[in-house]
Amino acid sequence: MNWAAMRTAYATIVRKEVTRFMRIWQQTLLPPVMTTSLYFVIFGNLIGPRIGAMEGHRYIDFIVPGLILMAVITNAYANVSSSFFSAKFQRSIEELQVSPTPNSIILLGYVSGGVVRGVLVGVIVAAVSSLFGQLSAHSYAVMASVIVLTALLFSLGGFLNGVFARTFDDISIVPNFILTPLTYLGGIFYSIKLLPEFWQGVSHINPILYMINAFRYGFLGITDIHLGVSYTLILLFTAGLFALNLKLLNDGYGIRE
Amino acid sequence: MTRAPALTMSDLRKTYANGVVALKGIDLTVAQGDFFALLGRNGAGKSTVIGILCSLVNKTAGKVTVFDADIDHDFARAKSYLGVVPQEFNFSIFETPWQIVCNQAGYYGIGRAQAKRRAEKYLTQLGLWDKRNDITRALSGGMKRRLLIARALMHEPRLLILDEPTAGVDIEIRKSMWEYLTRINQSGVTIILTTHYLEEAESLCRHVAIIDRGELVENTATGELLEKLQMETYILDLAAPLAELPPDLRGRPGWRLKDSATLEVDMHKGGNVNQVFAELALRNITARGMRNKTNRLERLFLDMVNEGKA
Ligand SMILES: Nc1ncnc2c1ncn2[C@@H]1O[C@H](COP(=O)(O)OP(=O)(O)O)[C@@H](O)[C@H]1O
Ligand SMILES: [Mg+2]
Repeated sequence: MNWAAMRTAYATIVRKEVTRFMRIWQQTLLPPVMTTSLYFVIFGNLIGPRIGAMEGHRYIDFIVPGLILMAVITNAYANVSSSFFSAKFQRSIEELQVSPTPNSIILLGYVSGGVVRGVLVGVIVAAVSSLFGQLSAHSYAVMASVIVLTALLFSLGGFLNGVFARTFDDISIVPNFILTPLTYLGGIFYSIKLLPEFWQGVSHINPILYMINAFRYGFLGITDIHLGVSYTLILLFTAGLFALNLKLLNDGYGIRE
Repeated sequence: MTRAPALTMSDLRKTYANGVVALKGIDLTVAQGDFFALLGRNGAGKSTVIGILCSLVNKTAGKVTVFDADIDHDFARAKSYLGVVPQEFNFSIFETPWQIVCNQAGYYGIGRAQAKRRAEKYLTQLGLWDKRNDITRALSGGMKRRLLIARALMHEPRLLILDEPTAGVDIEIRKSMWEYLTRINQSGVTIILTTHYLEEAESLCRHVAIIDRGELVENTATGELLEKLQMETYILDLAAPLAELPPDLRGRPGWRLKDSATLEVDMHKGGNVNQVFAELALRNITARGMRNKTNRLERLFLDMVNEGKA
């Protein structure tokens, strides 16, 4: 395939992916809006004022970046894992397998679908949160790059999950038992400086901590982690997952006898 | 001018991960422009052959070329020549025929505008235009089959492969599919289809290969195959050993001395057996007994016919 043909194939996959999550927007776009609105009401209006300031900021302002990023992570991941798994399950993945589209384009296409959904949900949640108070912005460049990179990384994670999944249960295990705990313990609701030293150390094993802190820096200009470390880690994980997924596709893992 | 065959396979083998040996060394050549049937019972290995051609199954050994492309070295080009109609429905039940065929074109690098033109052409030709915006879950079995064909034609392949395209389709739609495929073939597209209906191969295909338990047992022109099926072989046990047939019988078609005590004679079904004895009596040869030779081909066909009914 030449470049123009590959671009067409890529655009086709992305279009198909976006059409898919838009068609079921009640399941894909609405729930994060619901959940985060509840967070804003409870922590912003009811409990937040009693907690007082966190790192010199109102509590609601402190948690908004993490809540947005949590929605981005969950949605990017879920989009790709469920879309790829159901393409496997319905065998419509064969439409791509029999075509000359290279595996790298298939991977990029699926993952881009996840990035679009992740970022879109992030923007919607940010818009909703602005209804509950003034959003501050310290660096738009950091915000934009972290949201895109995080969506990309978790889309790749979702793809990996979709490749290995054999049943619909398999695509909910990782989000429920790994992703959710890691996000909650990744410093959405607190600064890790509040933790005893031992637990601060443990928290540093959690990759999501780095993303949430970098993202919060984009809003408030504060972070528990050096930004360079955050970006380096995100990029390393992204490159590693991309290579792993591509290898599995080339091997035909789970899709070729 | 010699033209590369549309398809060649040599010593194609497949052993599945569970140890099932599905293909035991298939050699096959299909000429450009041919209409070719791969006939065989359920489980014979037809879908495995097709799976290997279109990269859904990894071959264990062997070499496959599609026109000028070797699938080991130039798989993308080989795939671009091929259109595949699989045995099982393999599209998303939540998408519409329109989306499915337009996307398929995109996967072959065909731009959106051209994809839309072709989608209209092929959905119309296959009688799906009115259903283009219905989700496929709501289509009948025959419509789904035709959607598979429309999808396979979107990139206008040079070689169209159909895996049991008419299985479970009622007779009227089957006939119209046959007519449609004949027209596609006349337009220059090479067609290979698998089937377990002899009738289908007979009405459509110029050449037939028969596959059984992973081996090719026949590969011939359709007419010759039908001729063979009309023949019966008798085995005669001779009373006295015979070194060779008398000179005037030696060149006779269908007469063979298997060994000094056994003579085989091929005859048309319903032919006059007395004739054989008369010929023998004339030359003072005595037969002690006569029996039918079991015809592997015929048994295969009986099995296929029974499967077709089941
Ligand atoms: N994915 C698979 N794993 C293991 N064995 C398989 C698989 N697919 C087919 N087989 C076996 O390979 C043989 C050939 O099957 P197949 O190619 O589907 O035959 P046909 O299409 O002629 O009915 C059968 O014995 C079948 O059970
Ligand atoms: Mg089959």
